[in-house]
Amino acid sequence: MTDKLVHGFFFVNGMISVVVLLGIFALLVYTSFPAFQEVNIWEFLTGKTWNPTSYYKAVYGIVPMLVSTFMVTIGALVIAIPLGIGTAAYLSDVASPRKREIIKPIVEILAGIPSVVVGFLGIVVVGPVIAKVFGLPNGLNALNGSVLLAVMALPTIISISEDALNNVPKSYDHASLALGASKWQTVVKVKLPAAMSGIIAACMLGMGRAIGETMTVLMATGCAPAMPDSIMGSVRTLTSSIAIELGEVAYNTTHYYALFALGLVLFILTFVINLISDLVLHKYEKVNR
Amino acid sequence: MNIKKVHEFIGFGILRMCLFFVLLALSVILWDIISKGHSVISWEFLTSMPRKGMTEGGIWPAIVGTFFVTIITAIFSIPLGMGCAIYLNEYAKGGKITRLIRMSIRNLSGVPSIVYGLFGVVLFVQMLALDTSILSAGLTLGLMTLPWTITASEEALKSVPQSYRDGALAVGATKWQSIRTNVLPYSIPGMLTGTILGLARAAGETAPILFTGAAFFLPFLPKSLSDQFMALPYHLYIMSTQHHAIEQVRPLAYGTALVLIMLIFLMNSFAIFARYKLRKIKLE
Repeated sequence: MTDKLVHGFFFVNGMISVVVLLGIFALLVYTSFPAFQEVNIWEFLTGKTWNPTSYYKAVYGIVPMLVSTFMVTIGALVIAIPLGIGTAAYLSDVASPRKREIIKPIVEILAGIPSVVVGFLGIVVVGPVIAKVFGLPNGLNALNGSVLLAVMALPTIISISEDALNNVPKSYDHASLALGASKWQTVVKVKLPAAMSGIIAACMLGMGRAIGETMTVLMATGCAPAMPDSIMGSVRTLTSSIAIELGEVAYNTTHYYALFALGLVLFILTFVINLISDLVLHKYEKVNR
Repeated sequence: MNIKKVHEFIGFGILRMCLFFVLLALSVILWDIISKGHSVISWEFLTSMPRKGMTEGGIWPAIVGTFFVTIITAIFSIPLGMGCAIYLNEYAKGGKITRLIRMSIRNLSGVPSIVYGLFGVVLFVQMLALDTSILSAGLTLGLMTLPWTITASEEALKSVPQSYRDGALAVGATKWQSIRTNVLPYSIPGMLTGTILGLARAAGETAPILFTGAAFFLPFLPKSLSDQFMALPYHLYIMSTQHHAIEQVRPLAYGTALVLIMLIFLMNSFAIFARYKLRKIKLE
């Protein structure tokens, strides 16, 4: 009898993650809903201007933020994917076991550095460097954000890609080497293709992290609320818009609800990306067992 | 040297370069902050209040604030995470529901931190009327750390050999008795050390506390859990972007950044050291 009660108790406890996930989604929908009684949902999704504090008519269009978010994220991935996969391949196939034992914890330190510290470095180190190299008045722009987000996405990409490479059965290596291929040919032509689904999932998880990152982009990208013109221009992502405006807005106004709608868009974007990478990883696990 | 060897030499060289750039990024971060932050840190910087519009003085209230918030996060997140891990590792049989739970956990760890902040504003600040306070911020961070706590606790439970459970069940113990007497005592230390890693990440987070309780400046220390608070990561954000004399307070920002990464580093090393010790005890 007690045993059943205890079982029931832990079952309820076990469901907490499901409840929290559904709860976040439900509350975001519930709180952003009133915004769409005043703002046309189509205008919200396709509008090219975001100006909720305009004197005569508040305008809510999220396209500039979506463009900004993807610009910074794609920039980050262009930097982080080659570096991340290269490092993962080095760790799994080139480094001696001793070197690996030393390097892996060092890479993990990178994952532990808080985003606000990375953003600070964007202001004091990366910004001035960009300003000097490209002759700009200041270096707070999309490129800066991309560099920082790449640093933040690297630990995720490295550790999951390395797992994927390590999970490729040893017999693949042996077969390739026995046929006379060099170690390098084995890595490029046998191991990377065999681990490809895991590596893709790693990159998508890194992308999810980059899209959802707030403090670094808030501090390092300049945050001008207009359509971005180039990678050297100031951008304002979904996350930084929420962070900037939620502090200044009165509770339960249309503007406030609209910020939750931004949160909902962000939640759905990252949810879909994580779900896809999850499915890819899952499929991959099944194949290799 | 044949052509294959040349290719291999160049290819491995490229991989080494990748690693080099990753390590370079880390070194630049650590070097810049340590070299410019260490001269700021003194006993006075750590233990005094900010003075003259935060252009002088120390970061004591931010340290206290981060400490209290992290305690609330731990109190909320550790028991819930452990319970969930116990269900998954000891009771769940691997059906559809278990898959759903595991999928939710993985997805929760991918939810952006600012979205947790929004959730905290509606649920804790408004609906539960906790206002912007240590409690609201701690609970918000607690929700955010939940997936990490669950994963860490499950690792600890997995390391207890199956024979411990079977032994108890064989002499007639019920399932719960076997878990309570033969599984938990051996896994709780591992669970606690694992969760410290998650708490260290929570202590460095800014976005979830922006609107749930962190304050720009408070001339006093928080007296209760329903007060607002200053926090190290938020203080660094303010000192580097929002302050009226940013150039003048830059050294203080460096000092704050150094204290923050040292705090996180200490928490992580403690967890890793404890895990190492525990593993040794188990082996003997």
